[in-house]
Amino acid sequence: MRTLSVLLQKEFRQLSRNKFVPKVIVLFPIMVMLVIPWVTTMDVRNVGVTVVDDDRSTLSRRLVDNIDASEYLSVIAVCDDYAAALALLEAGETDAILEIPDDCESSLLEGRLKKMNISANGVNAMKGSLGSRYLMGAIAQTLAEVQAEKGLPASVEPTVVRNFYNPTLEYRNYMVPALMIMLLVMICGFLPALNLVGEKETGTIEQINVTPVGRFTFTLAKLIPFWLVGLVVLSIAMLLAWGVYALSPAGSVAGIYAAALLFVFTMSGLGVAIANKSDTMQQAMFVMFFIVIIFILMSGLLTPIDSMPAWAQKITLFLPPRYFIEIMRSIYLKGATFGDLWHDFAALGVFAVVFDLIAVAAYKKRS
Amino acid sequence: MNARYAIEIDGLTKRYGSMTALDRVSFRVERGELFGLIGPDGAGKTTLFRLLTTLMNPDEGTAAVDGLDCVASYRQIRSRVGYMPGRFSLYADLSVEENLAFFAALFGVRVADNYDLIAPIYRQIEPFRTRRAGKLSGGMKQKLALCCALIHRPSVLFLDEPTTGVDAVSRSEFWDMLAELKAKEISILVSTPYMDEADRCDRIALINEGHLLAVDSPRGIVSAYGERIYTLSGGDMYALLLAARRLPHVRRCCPFGAAHHLSVDADFDAAACRRQLMDEGFADVALQPAESGIEDVFIKLMNHE
Repeated sequence: MRTLSVLLQKEFRQLSRNKFVPKVIVLFPIMVMLVIPWVTTMDVRNVGVTVVDDDRSTLSRRLVDNIDASEYLSVIAVCDDYAAALALLEAGETDAILEIPDDCESSLLEGRLKKMNISANGVNAMKGSLGSRYLMGAIAQTLAEVQAEKGLPASVEPTVVRNFYNPTLEYRNYMVPALMIMLLVMICGFLPALNLVGEKETGTIEQINVTPVGRFTFTLAKLIPFWLVGLVVLSIAMLLAWGVYALSPAGSVAGIYAAALLFVFTMSGLGVAIANKSDTMQQAMFVMFFIVIIFILMSGLLTPIDSMPAWAQKITLFLPPRYFIEIMRSIYLKGATFGDLWHDFAALGVFAVVFDLIAVAAYKKRS
Repeated sequence: MNARYAIEIDGLTKRYGSMTALDRVSFRVERGELFGLIGPDGAGKTTLFRLLTTLMNPDEGTAAVDGLDCVASYRQIRSRVGYMPGRFSLYADLSVEENLAFFAALFGVRVADNYDLIAPIYRQIEPFRTRRAGKLSGGMKQKLALCCALIHRPSVLFLDEPTTGVDAVSRSEFWDMLAELKAKEISILVSTPYMDEADRCDRIALINEGHLLAVDSPRGIVSAYGERIYTLSGGDMYALLLAARRLPHVRRCCPFGAAHHLSVDADFDAAACRRQLMDEGFADVALQPAESGIEDVFIKLMNHE
């Protein structure tokens, strides 16, 4: 225990004298939390629509007005023929084309509505598909209004969609907990790895290896400072989420910290294990980077796991962030309790133990 | 602990892939002895240190430090030896006193416990005790490293090229410090690429390319392997070297600082050879008998391999 406290004192002293790391610990979460939620929005706005109006009726004019009035859509032009509209699409000036067929209004009044055509630019898949969905929504609403005014039976029963837990489907609410996880992945994975490989590169570990210090104690002294760093980073991020985005956990803060602690055990163990197996900074960073990319892209941080192919979903079972993400989003947005999430906590706990044991086992005082 | 030898090595072999770094090396270091390991870079000195300080396991052979086997009893060895690697490997961002206290604590002792041992060395760097170790000069770093290696009063001290890259005055001071430690009954194994430092050791081992060439006292080595040596200088040194190699009864002629060293047979006639060289057009030829040194022996043994 005395050896551990001596080693810890040394680690904290070095940390406080480091010119780079303390700045990263404070500035990195601030930068990420202040900037990224604004720029990584998947809400599609300003979808440009060009209308090919073959009908030239009250209905078609009303459609154009309603589309233009939509918050998400704006009418770029109204053309006489499809070729002109297509030219606009190809020039990138419009994102979608709506064709209103001839006799559209009269067909509506007769109750056999002619089909309208939407063509969307699929290069930006998100904008194309969401844009045409918004467009369909605007059309359906307009048609329903007209049918109601004329006393016609409604052709389509509009489906009402209500999103629980994130009522406005605000993408930011979905992203902010994910960004906190990303911060912990980066800081608690990279910093311990950098620290340990640094000792290898300067040769100081050689001097430690000839002392009677046990590898368990030494590894623990390398991990503990970054567990605390992880909690500091998380606290900064949560304060900013509350102060700037008015987002506070719907569930218990203690639950979030408990999960974060387990996750930080895991990440720092991984970083130290990789550092133990690397001889140089470059080697350690490259391997870390590879793993971090897989963690970020595959564990449901940005895209839902349910929409991945079945084999990929199986792989995600072995990615610790997957469970942490589940816990964070559930507690933050749904107010889930430990009882709901105990299996995620258990999985994270297993990863924490396994990764930290690997970190100890990977440290060899003799080659 | 009353092991007879401080270090006992028998048939020690270490390979890195297909390269043999140490080839069946055997020697013993007496208790309280200052033992020098002399050899050029790549001779296997550092490998030997890493084996003896339990940082590596040998492929063949056995080694014992303080009577303890390096493979089986590595834990006990670690608390009994002091190791100063060739590269400065203390914490550059900790101060002088912090480094010292840190290493003392790792061995479970306090600085005050063994202060008497390090005092003569530590006093020289004490004025800078709050300075970061990384900001010390080369000679001071070396003294701090020695203090840190000694703070737990090891019975055997391993110093891997402690004087490499250190100025001549500091080097001489350093050897004085080692002599003092020896007087305090610490056995010391020290390596150096500088042949002129061999004379400061009780005994030396000459090592080259993983092979042990000779083990004896410096004087013993010179008298056992020494030959008649002449120094030769004058005019165009390179042409002179080539010309000297053609002289009768000259076994070897090697460049040696400002003059060449000729090792010669009993039949060598210095006056005749000098005349011959003058006739060949070399001006100011100086050919004088000299005492054979460790370096001459080293070159001879190396060529015999």
